[in-house]
Amino acid sequence: MNVDTQLELWEVFIQKNNGLPFKHEGSVHASDKETALQHARDIYTRRGEGRTIWVVPAKYIASTTADDEAMFFDTTDDKAYRHPTFYVMPEGAKQI
Amino acid sequence: MTTDQARYQYLLRFADTSLVMAQRLAEWCSRGPILEEDLALTNISLDYFGQAEAFYNTAIPFGGKQETADDLAFRRSEREYFNFLIAEADNGDYARTMMKIYLLSVYLEKIYTALSTSSQPELNMLGVKSLKEIMYHKRHSSAWLFRLAHGTAESASRVQQALQDVWSYTDDLFSTDVCDELLSGELNYEITAMKHVWLAEVEEFMKQCGFVLPQTTYQIQGGIKQMHTEALGHVLCEMQYLQRAYPNAKW
Repeated sequence: MNVDTQLELWEVFIQKNNGLPFKHEGSVHASDKETALQHARDIYTRRGEGRTIWVVPAKYIASTTADDEAMFFDTTDDKAYRHPTFYVMPEGAKQI
Repeated sequence: MTTDQARYQYLLRFADTSLVMAQRLAEWCSRGPILEEDLALTNISLDYFGQAEAFYNTAIPFGGKQETADDLAFRRSEREYFNFLIAEADNGDYARTMMKIYLLSVYLEKIYTALSTSSQPELNMLGVKSLKEIMYHKRHSSAWLFRLAHGTAESASRVQQALQDVWSYTDDLFSTDVCDELLSGELNYEITAMKHVWLAEVEEFMKQCGFVLPQTTYQIQGGIKQMHTEALGHVLCEMQYLQRAYPNAKW
């Protein structure tokens, strides 16, 4: 097994413009948050991709696993009524 | 010397410094300590290449000669280069490379800040354009120096050694010639006052790193008089090889 010897792993989230959601872009190695931000800037924003960067230590991200998939997500497969597609469009409204 | 000739030569000083610095940093390409730093250094190198090109292209009309930025970069020898000696100095280890970037960035930040208030439009434009990049270089290099200084005994001693070694190139940054005199009306800075500002900032930062400034009186100077160290020949040799071996080669 390969051991990662290159400092701590940080996940990088970038916001393109004010008000837009942050999107996961990738990860970087860094010893602390300042260098993590700088590395993220150098690697993921070279072509004007962003206005704000978040970096989060990967170890603090909790994730579901493949084993969780069935009980977490499959159970919604037969609940189409949860989509707001059953409303009748009021007369004259362009969107609801 | 006319004012335009002074502008030409003054701009070449910064164009050449940027170009030689860019080439030096490019030497780290694929040799960085970690992938992220490899990219960070080549990014800084590319910033310097871009600044060099902008300074050359701005200088050329003042020189009034038929030449291109490529001619200036690839067809002059050591004694025709005006760069500060700190740019050509060996990269050495990572601490030394970061020390070079840091000490030069603090200096260039002051120069470009002054130029960005110049009444001379070309100088003004170059100052504004270059300043943001230089500020980032300072932030990146100072972050590393600070961390190395407070890292292990080994990393701290390397930063200390780097400071000692690179220090001998710093008086050179404040040497002036007839260009500075002729352009005094549009440069918006006075070099002695600027040196005090530079020194105060560097001293404060080194204090945070746990170091005092070297007491050495040995200073090597001559970059803007086109008197270079042995190092520049090796840099140009590698950088200019293709144009020298195959003149006018294009790709």
